[in-house]
Amino acid sequence: STEPSEERGGQRSALVSLSLLQKDFVPFLLNFLREQTSQILTNGPPTPAKTPNSKAHGSQRTGSERRAGHATSSRVQLFSQRTSASLGSFLATPEALPVRRGRRKGSSSVGASGRQVARDLGRSLAEEEDGKSDSGSWSGGRRKRSEVPLVPARSPPSQLNLNNLEEFPPMGAASGWTNKPSRRINPTPVSAERPLSKPKTCFTSTPVSRSPAARWSAGSSLEAFTAAQEGNLSSVISNSLQEEREMLKKERYSLRISFDPGTPTKPSYTRSASLPAESHLVTCANPAKVSCKKQLECLAQLYSSCITENLVPNIFLELFFVLQLLTSKGTSTAEDGDSDPEISEINRDVTERQHFESVHNCVYFAVRVLDYQYEIISHLEKGMLKLLAENERIASFSPTLHKRLRQAYESSTAKVSLLLPCSVQSVSFQPETDNRSNFPSDRAFHIFKKQRDIFYELLREWEDNHEKTGWDFERVLGSKIRAMMAHLSATCNHSHFARLFQKQLIQMCKGPVSGGASWGDTPDQDVLNMLGSDNLSRLKRLQERFVVPQSIRGPCPPPSFPGCQQFFRDFILSAGSYQFNQHLMDSLCLKILELNGLTLVEHEHSDGEADMEEQDEKKRFTVALLSLRLLAKFLGFLVFLPYRTAEQPTRDLQDSALVLRNQTLPVLDILKLLRQSIRDQRSVLTIPWIVEYLSLVDHIAPFLDYYRKVFGLLLLMVLSEEKEMSFLNKLLILAVLGWLFQVVSPVFSFLNFGINLFFLLAYEVDDCFCVFSCTGELRKLLASFVAGSGGKNGGFIRKITPTAAESLAPKASVTQRKLQVDLEQAFFHNQPPSLRRTVEFVAERVGSNCVKHIKATLVAELVQRAEVMLQDKVKEEDVNHDKLLEEVCTHLYEEGAQALIKGREFCRKKGPEAVRVLLPEETSAAVLSSAENIAVELATERACGWLSANIAALIKREVKATFNRMLKVPGFPLPGEDAPELRRDCTPGCQHCAPFPSQIINEIKDVLCVAVGPREEGEVVDYVWLEGLLGRLSQTLRCRKFMCPTSEQQLARCTVELASLLVSDRVPLSLGIKCPEKSPERLHVKNNPTSGLLKLLFSIWKEDFGTSVPVQLIFSKKNMGYLAEAKQQEWDLFLFLLHGLIEHELMRTSEIQSCLHSLEELPWPSVSN
Amino acid sequence: SIFSQEYQKQIKRTHAKHHTAEAIETYYQRYLNGVMKNAVAPVLLDLANEVDFAPSLMARIVLERFLQEKEQTIPSKTLINSMLRDPSQIPDGVLANQVYQCTVNDCCYGPLVDCIKHAIGHEHEVLLREMLLEKNLSFIAEDQLRAKGYDKTPDFILEVPVAVEGHIIHWIESKASFGDESSHQAYLQDQFWSYWNRFGPGLVIYWYGFIEELDCHRERGILLKDCFPTDIVTLRHSMAQR
Repeated sequence: STEPSEERGGQRSALVSLSLLQKDFVPFLLNFLREQTSQILTNGPPTPAKTPNSKAHGSQRTGSERRAGHATSSRVQLFSQRTSASLGSFLATPEALPVRRGRRKGSSSVGASGRQVARDLGRSLAEEEDGKSDSGSWSGGRRKRSEVPLVPARSPPSQLNLNNLEEFPPMGAASGWTNKPSRRINPTPVSAERPLSKPKTCFTSTPVSRSPAARWSAGSSLEAFTAAQEGNLSSVISNSLQEEREMLKKERYSLRISFDPGTPTKPSYTRSASLPAESHLVTCANPAKVSCKKQLECLAQLYSSCITENLVPNIFLELFFVLQLLTSKGTSTAEDGDSDPEISEINRDVTERQHFESVHNCVYFAVRVLDYQYEIISHLEKGMLKLLAENERIASFSPTLHKRLRQAYESSTAKVSLLLPCSVQSVSFQPETDNRSNFPSDRAFHIFKKQRDIFYELLREWEDNHEKTGWDFERVLGSKIRAMMAHLSATCNHSHFARLFQKQLIQMCKGPVSGGASWGDTPDQDVLNMLGSDNLSRLKRLQERFVVPQSIRGPCPPPSFPGCQQFFRDFILSAGSYQFNQHLMDSLCLKILELNGLTLVEHEHSDGEADMEEQDEKKRFTVALLSLRLLAKFLGFLVFLPYRTAEQPTRDLQDSALVLRNQTLPVLDILKLLRQSIRDQRSVLTIPWIVEYLSLVDHIAPFLDYYRKVFGLLLLMVLSEEKEMSFLNKLLILAVLGWLFQVVSPVFSFLNFGINLFFLLAYEVDDCFCVFSCTGELRKLLASFVAGSGGKNGGFIRKITPTAAESLAPKASVTQRKLQVDLEQAFFHNQPPSLRRTVEFVAERVGSNCVKHIKATLVAELVQRAEVMLQDKVKEEDVNHDKLLEEVCTHLYEEGAQALIKGREFCRKKGPEAVRVLLPEETSAAVLSSAENIAVELATERACGWLSANIAALIKREVKATFNRMLKVPGFPLPGEDAPELRRDCTPGCQHCAPFPSQIINEIKDVLCVAVGPREEGEVVDYVWLEGLLGRLSQTLRCRKFMCPTSEQQLARCTVELASLLVSDRVPLSLGIKCPEKSPERLHVKNNPTSGLLKLLFSIWKEDFGTSVPVQLIFSKKNMGYLAEAKQQEWDLFLFLLHGLIEHELMRTSEIQSCLHSLEELPWPSVSN
Repeated sequence: SIFSQEYQKQIKRTHAKHHTAEAIETYYQRYLNGVMKNAVAPVLLDLANEVDFAPSLMARIVLERFLQEKEQTIPSKTLINSMLRDPSQIPDGVLANQVYQCTVNDCCYGPLVDCIKHAIGHEHEVLLREMLLEKNLSFIAEDQLRAKGYDKTPDFILEVPVAVEGHIIHWIESKASFGDESSHQAYLQDQFWSYWNRFGPGLVIYWYGFIEELDCHRERGILLKDCFPTDIVTLRHSMAQR
């Protein structure tokens, strides 16, 4: 921006023209490298399409083929589309750069020389198409071109001057002419700037020391865009586009015809997976054996500058390729190669020359590139760095790089987080969301209870079996899942289930393996396991690091659902439930928004104290990022599921689909979120998940107006030169976007897409302008946790909405309140961020606890009182329950107002306590008190806001629930039948060593058995033993510890039965020695042994039972039946029993009388005695 | 316990056989004839023993049939249960005696046995609670969980999980029975997995032992023991100790 403006203008127009060449150069270079190395690279899966469009040119593959990965796209095929426009080329086009492109550190000269060559190459390509091309304007270039020596390699390497264009060999050019018909597609008039291009301007006049892009000032780009807009582009565009497409179609067709026979130029390598077996073939790379060093150096610089300048579609794809070269094994032919390849090739065309035919050359090139890309490499995770630092080839080819890598390794802290391995863990049951009150009916609650268990049953079954051969998800689980869906539909439980499903999904799949795009996501353990093995396998694994976890699919796998995600995907597919999908989408959207709103806080590396917080934040960020990507992938899957087609739709179908689908709004407004994230500098969190979402688009979606905008904006992110975005954040974004464009491109013709993107850029100019002006204004560093550097107040802070503040606080004037808010913000501004977080956290927790506390105290109290009131009133005749409830509640509402007062008290008490505990001891008194006050205020706002809005409803709900429970209690409304207070405690000093109730019941049962019969001859019950049993019964009843109501009731019942049987002499007592002669004459009842037992029973019934004893059962028909045939003695005993009952106040006389009266109604046998 | 479980299995196998309309009719007629001849003879009990069926269940069949004839409707389950619990409610004195005799003499079924089982279960729960308190492991008991609205409730949920023999557990279920194959499968289905589904891994204590092979879900998160574990590792608050 220091140059005079006219100079700048002239250069700009020059650059515009150059750019069109430039965009062809990158794919050419990438293809060239692949082609050159194809023979030597047998040590890995073919690096997928360098030019993203390559697959689009072939016959459209079906969806399933796409899913199968790149396996079908052979290396050979990749080379067939050499110069067609690629994403990379579009990225490289200055027209697409509405912003200033700054110089990058240490690469400007390299970049510039690279660009020179690029221009040259591009020009040469353009020339041969002169006929077709509408640009006669290239002729100027042609004249220059002819001056360049065609085979400069003849000159000794030492004479090569990198910065001298004349001497630099334009390697790709000749190849374009001789080997293959160029498939370059005409530069299409999609940009309004094109007419401005001044072809006569010579490339060489551009100072090589500066990157052309650096001169692309903001002003001029704006100008260009204005021009673009003035030209009523939209209408022109749509027309020209139409033509364009036709043209492209024809061209592609003709090219395919002309090209096809020549396609299989490479022997197809069938790569053996068992590397150790071949390992003896691995050549020892020797720096001394490198040939064409200069050329390789040139190529390495060129290639590196492409990477540095974001000209490659996907950085990690290229790194993968470089590592492939680094670890290449070479072949015997390469080894047997000529002793002096330079001489033998001297007469060959430059591009025909094999610069990469020996391992030595490949390694040399790779090491050079790695050296140039040290900045990126040094940020790789630690395990990766270790492998690189230990790589012997690097050590021998570049000791300096080796040293730097060692240093990087030693200082690296970038460990891939070891998240929990994927294993089934359940989602915990939370009463707040899962208990009965969250369901409309008992039935719904009950059914969901079952659904939850069925869901996990399915999951376990899947876990156990899915890897077995012949196990088919749909066949085994399909019908179960659909039955489940039917149940859910019947009870409207979908939302509950969707929540469970989503939570389980996160629980199981948020681990790193779920990632599709990111390269460094494999757990560190892999690396650890690799160490210690021999060098060769290390090499191999090093290379596989780029492939794992997508081991078969190469570094750019299509979106997939690895591991446990498979279960969830298949579940959705098998369920095939509209309701479920909708609820699941709702649930996913909510969670995504929640996570996307994560507060990002900046950390400065100022003091050691920040480290821990920083770690926590990093962890939080990582978890959020991984979860977001996972959720977004599933959301994308669901959203685009209905539109998925195996085949690319025809144009007609596509057009009509577009008309239809342009009318509907997306489920989640990702465009808005994307814009927001850019504005708030949070794109490092947002873009990765949006990429996952978009990776699952169907064939049509990218053409929808809405998604075109989204893709356009994403493209801008690639192109933008966000200086203040940290290096690694940028890298992350580039990586995921590179992957996205790679993955999405086969869905539709990338050419068209590219063109569309140009329009988008024009459309989005407002957007991007806003983006960058905003960032200029509010420029704060993006809180970056991946990079470990951040920005001041980068994240937004959740502010608790003061819902009820107005009703509570006296209304201060608006300005005053605003001032207060401002003051509060100012207070936090100069404090460490942890203070703010603490205060907010305390406010949130105290507020929430306050509500819980009020519920447990005040509300519970009120409910208790309501219960008493209801109990009294409900006994009145003919009460309308609803009305009664309403009445009682209204009465309580007034007292409910207490809640606010108590709530405020609570917050005032608890808030400061918590703040004091959480803030550093050294916090100054003033800061502390301010923090406390703010916390209390926020907590009060939160709690009282909720309470004032909900207290009445809460009281009503609770009272109603209690009332319903009250009505349900059997026999409730019967007045005056209050059971005696249950005895709760053991006798003081109880040792809890009484026999267990179960044992006593068992023994009494035995007695009853004998008494009821049938009994064997001579079977008796020992009197002493029975006495002892009753004694133990007494002990057992006195120790309350092991007693439960059912046991006690059973004991009561059994003892009453026993009494009846005793009285009617049904228990064959053996008196043993104590009373040897059983006198036939009538004993006085008092001396009857039975009466002793009865006395014991009276005492036990009276003293020991905590529950009421159903003594009235004695008068039941059955038990009186025992007496019916009784003798006089037994009647005496019966009388004794009656007296005893009255004496011990077990029954009242009147009760006995009424019982006896009712007995009279029974059919008695003839009264004989 | 083991005998009882084996007996129950056998009863379950033959259950259907005794519930065919013909069988019910036969039993009822035999009962009627029997009590006609001698009302105090253990007619029902003998009948049950003769056909190898649990006396309580036989009593239930005949009672049901009797009520059906008397009321002309199929009696409700609650009514039947209530009458079995308290035969005094049975309107026929003879039948009441017969039924009572059956329930008292049944060693595996019937209200008395049920109550004994329940009592044993409860007692072991209390014992377990004691042990937890002794070990200072804080827990939430079943009734508290129910009050909070949990749909499935193990006996105890540990507020702070512990590791037993290296396995983390969140809950403990006490079973005062022998863990045999069929009962364990049923418990897994109805209870243990449900607990796992809600609270994560946990521990089941079969106080009367279990078949060792059943303890195969340790890795998944269901641990079996026949006593209170001794190898317990608790979460130490290392921060506080420093």
